[in-house]
Amino acid sequence: MALLSKKDTNLIKDPLADNNPITIQVLGICSALAITAELKASVVMAVSVMFVLGAGNVVISLMRNIIPSKIRIIVQLIVVATLVIIVDQVLKAYAYELSKTLAVFVGLIITNCIIMGRFEAFALANGPWRSFLDGIGNSLGYGIILVIVGFFRELLGSGTLFGYPVLGDPITKTGLYATGYENNGFMIIPPAALIVVGIIIWVQRSRNPALVEEN
Amino acid sequence: MSLKSKLHELKLKYQGKKMAPAFNAFHTFLFSPDETTHAGGTHVKAADDLKRTMNTVIMALIPVLLFSMFNAGYQHYSAINGFPADFSVMNDFLTWDNFWIGIIKVLPLVVVSYGVGLLVEFIFAVIKGHEVEEGYLVTGMLVPLIVPIDTPLWMLSVAVVFGVVIGKEVFGGTGMNILNPALTIRAFLFFAYPTWMSGDKVWVYGARERSEEILAGANVDAISGETILGYLAQNKGAEMTYSVSDMFFGFIPGSVGETSAFLILLGGLFLIYTKIASWRIMVSAVIGSLVMGLIFNQIVDFGWIAESSKFYGLMSFDFWKHLIVGGLAFGIVYMATDPVTGSQTNKGKWFYGFFIGFISVMIRVFNPAYPEGVFLAILLMNVFAPTIDHYVIRGNIKNRMKRLKNATIYPKDSDGKAEELKAETV
Repeated sequence: MALLSKKDTNLIKDPLADNNPITIQVLGICSALAITAELKASVVMAVSVMFVLGAGNVVISLMRNIIPSKIRIIVQLIVVATLVIIVDQVLKAYAYELSKTLAVFVGLIITNCIIMGRFEAFALANGPWRSFLDGIGNSLGYGIILVIVGFFRELLGSGTLFGYPVLGDPITKTGLYATGYENNGFMIIPPAALIVVGIIIWVQRSRNPALVEEN
Repeated sequence: MSLKSKLHELKLKYQGKKMAPAFNAFHTFLFSPDETTHAGGTHVKAADDLKRTMNTVIMALIPVLLFSMFNAGYQHYSAINGFPADFSVMNDFLTWDNFWIGIIKVLPLVVVSYGVGLLVEFIFAVIKGHEVEEGYLVTGMLVPLIVPIDTPLWMLSVAVVFGVVIGKEVFGGTGMNILNPALTIRAFLFFAYPTWMSGDKVWVYGARERSEEILAGANVDAISGETILGYLAQNKGAEMTYSVSDMFFGFIPGSVGETSAFLILLGGLFLIYTKIASWRIMVSAVIGSLVMGLIFNQIVDFGWIAESSKFYGLMSFDFWKHLIVGGLAFGIVYMATDPVTGSQTNKGKWFYGFFIGFISVMIRVFNPAYPEGVFLAILLMNVFAPTIDHYVIRGNIKNRMKRLKNATIYPKDSDGKAEELKAETV
């Protein structure tokens, strides 16, 4: 017997490609632009969002029958805020340098549209197990784009991956830099993330024309 | 058998094949094709198709290119030996030595720009299955003229690929782009490799090499060639060594082809005479830059700004001189007038051009990090051009509505239809 039923598998698989939160639903762009200059920050951000969205979806799903619909947004906000503060404190305690890089953007997970969107669209109407899978799936879809963007931006912009100099040393001119190669300063600035995300969207839609919107 | 018919045969041979667009492009590059459009419909017979338009602009650029090749050598040798005491054009400028520097430094830029850009165009044409578009002909010539002479060729290639793909192809190819591709390439280079695109070591061939030799311990004199704007931005106060005629005729350091305001002016007049470029944009851009320059001059005259201020050097620079230094003249004549990315309406062109000049001078003065703001100003106005056109057209519709409302429509009130018509249009 499979671990997950087919329906449940789709909860995780869909957001990875054909229903990706960033490239298809165009949610959560803000953080994708802001923190993807380094791969490390992208990964931490992806993991943080995964925690908040997975746990948050379960909590909201458990409470879904007792939340009065008039104040559900406030309840959702309180749940997100609690989880985000936990993430923020953990980061400050165990990875202080990194939490300084991410700065305000951990706090801004609260306003990440993907999270409120999944609470509203899924957790309020489904059981905890399926909500959990949905949360994991969507945050994976979000994370995979973040990691792709972070990979290219850090590699081309700083010549490093996870801070490790993979292309050689730009100051003493070793490795690739000995041939005259230089880091591309354009990749460090946020507009570059927009262009990389744009290229991902372009590639994705030309591979699957069904995704192209009518206009 | 003539070249034309040979090319035609080659074309027929590859008709319907995947590589057909590539052969069609060669065929129609110099000759007009033998085919006519299918029967029926409207036929327009005109010689000034897209290729002729592009070729005309290239013709206007050839003098600038030749001048820049001589200037490359002149700046190089002057930086090493000092400027000649009694300068004569024939003995000191139009020499074989100078031209040789141009051949080894400027020509590769042109070749790489065309080679890489056309390769990208061909690839896209083959993938998409449409004809190769001529859009790159002018861009390919503009690009080498707006970069510093020491730009490494691989950087140029990367930038050209970026500019053609992101600046043009993603929008649907020639004629669909929002931003001027040549300026997209320039902006990419500027933000990606700032140390190669500004400062006092990139404008003269050899300056960077020399400074590296000195760092390595060689006992040679440093050579530097600051642009006039770069010098003024530092507000050092001392007199400049360049005379006004140097600036006007272009015997100054700068991006490869931007220096000679005189030849650019001739090119501009040629483009206006052939009706390829819009005189409205050129005139209004000149007015815009003069107005902004005058405002800054007035601020200095009224004593509102201290001499120690970092803006003083550029603010006190005579307003009309802005037009003959840096890339403003080149930008106005060859870039702002791009028919695809500029304003389309005549009224809109005045606004579009005015703000290009106005903002260029503003960026020059207020942002010392960008001593040359023309490319940013043009890109900014490229983005706003559709908005300008939108409001011009809206205004026109409104005016004509008003005219219709007050007009007398015949036959007058004979059967009441005229009144109905009026009521409908309001």
